[in-house]
Amino acid sequence: MKEMEAERTPGRAAAALIDHTGGIEARGVHAWFDQVHALRGIDLRITERKVTAIIGPSGCGKSTFLRCLNRMHELVPGARVNGEVLLEGRDIYAPGIDPVLIRRQVGMVFQKPNPFPTMSIYDNVAAGLKLAGERGRHRLDQVVEQSLRAAVLWDEVKDRLGKAGTSLSGGQQQRLCIARALAVSPEILLMDEPASALDPASTLRIEELARELAEDVTIVIVTHNMQQAARVSEQTGFFLNGELVEFGPTQRMFTNPQDKRTEDYITGRFG
Amino acid sequence: MAGLATLSALVVLAPLFFVLLFLMRTGLGAINLEFFTALPGPAGEPGGGMANAIVGTMILGALAGALGIPIGVLGGVFLAEFPNTRLSHATRFTADVMAGIPSIVMGLFAYILVVLPLRHFSTLAGGIALGVMLLPTVVRTTEEIVRLVPQSVREASLALGIPQWRTQLSVIIPTAAAGIVTGIMVGLARIAGETAPLLFTAFGNRFWNWDLLKPIAALPLQIFAYAISPFEDWHRQAWAGALVLVALVLVVNVAARYAAGRQVRLR
Repeated sequence: MKEMEAERTPGRAAAALIDHTGGIEARGVHAWFDQVHALRGIDLRITERKVTAIIGPSGCGKSTFLRCLNRMHELVPGARVNGEVLLEGRDIYAPGIDPVLIRRQVGMVFQKPNPFPTMSIYDNVAAGLKLAGERGRHRLDQVVEQSLRAAVLWDEVKDRLGKAGTSLSGGQQQRLCIARALAVSPEILLMDEPASALDPASTLRIEELARELAEDVTIVIVTHNMQQAARVSEQTGFFLNGELVEFGPTQRMFTNPQDKRTEDYITGRFG
Repeated sequence: MAGLATLSALVVLAPLFFVLLFLMRTGLGAINLEFFTALPGPAGEPGGGMANAIVGTMILGALAGALGIPIGVLGGVFLAEFPNTRLSHATRFTADVMAGIPSIVMGLFAYILVVLPLRHFSTLAGGIALGVMLLPTVVRTTEEIVRLVPQSVREASLALGIPQWRTQLSVIIPTAAAGIVTGIMVGLARIAGETAPLLFTAFGNRFWNWDLLKPIAALPLQIFAYAISPFEDWHRQAWAGALVLVALVLVVNVAARYAAGRQVRLR
């Protein structure tokens, strides 16, 4: 814990890493899994440099929505997306746009930490760059250190960068995955329930990390834990049955929800 | 019930032990340095060895590998990544059928393909026959092991903006590598002992041969030739050859288990 206190410079590392960030806007987004209409016309604008939380009961479409933001949804056989998602004012679903490039601009961290099993800590973080063709040793070293600092993991692993990524604890692995995602300098970082597989102490660290990173890269976090949303985010969207029921400042959503359904969910009447 | 199961297990193990024991009893006596270094002697005279046959088996194995491994691994990856296309169903079916074709028929295939046009028995023909036998094994085991690579690893790579093909090449295959190597080794161990396909392809050779277009000696062929000969000394050498062959297969299988142990746990 003490060493973590000492390392209060993740923000500066993230700033060095991230070129620029912006918001991302969904307009009339529909998504299907074969015939199942999972998202029904979502209109949502994510503000830059803020943490936006997406909450809702299981199956409401929040993860699906997240995956529409980085064009991961369409990788599922039989999946379809309609509508527009604007990044820097341009629709990422426009014909001719390469989804691979979009995924580099919109990064993602998953629920269960998934470091590459055959790679060392160093190689894991460097993977995004290396596999895109970056060869410069010095540049890779630099980016790896910055990413690990930004993910508040550097001090814990700097002496064992060659060890397997999977040799770390769950919380460390997740921070490794965050470092890996940051290493490619995304504009937006999506987090799909990043702490739900972790113990409470690691969870708090991830939440703190999300808040700090938001100064440099826009964060969108899906969570089934309302308290987490309240702790972590400045804006929250409530999804239900594939629809966006309400969206607004987190404080207001939890103290004075505008929609009855939101109120029911917040007060635990269902979900 | 447990007693019955144990008994059954012992019954299964028994033939292996008997064969090994018998081989060692009869073959060990003829194992000496000369066996591993000398060429076969003139008919009827004692002495000589199977050096060329041992090397020949390795050369044929290497050729078979050159044919079977790249195509097999890529084919297996294809089947795992696109499991539901018409082409993959056809490929899987073909591989399964090929695995069941009698080895002598595989030899015939190589005979028609290579021996007839060249008008020569050749190492190449033997390598092709064995390679075609290796192929279905490698394809199927590669497919199985690549299928076991969790979706989360794939997703992690794709989410980083790494294209599909690069993901397969640099993330999926290395993750599955140890398992793939195991499958390859098991396949190689199997074809090392195949005799029928070599009968009219590699054909056998009493001398050293480094020419791909000429016949080559191989352990199973040499064992066969010696075993049906009228010479006592050759019979003993045949036993020794059989022992060496089995030892080779055992070593490769043990190595394969070691490689499997190093396979990243995929569950």
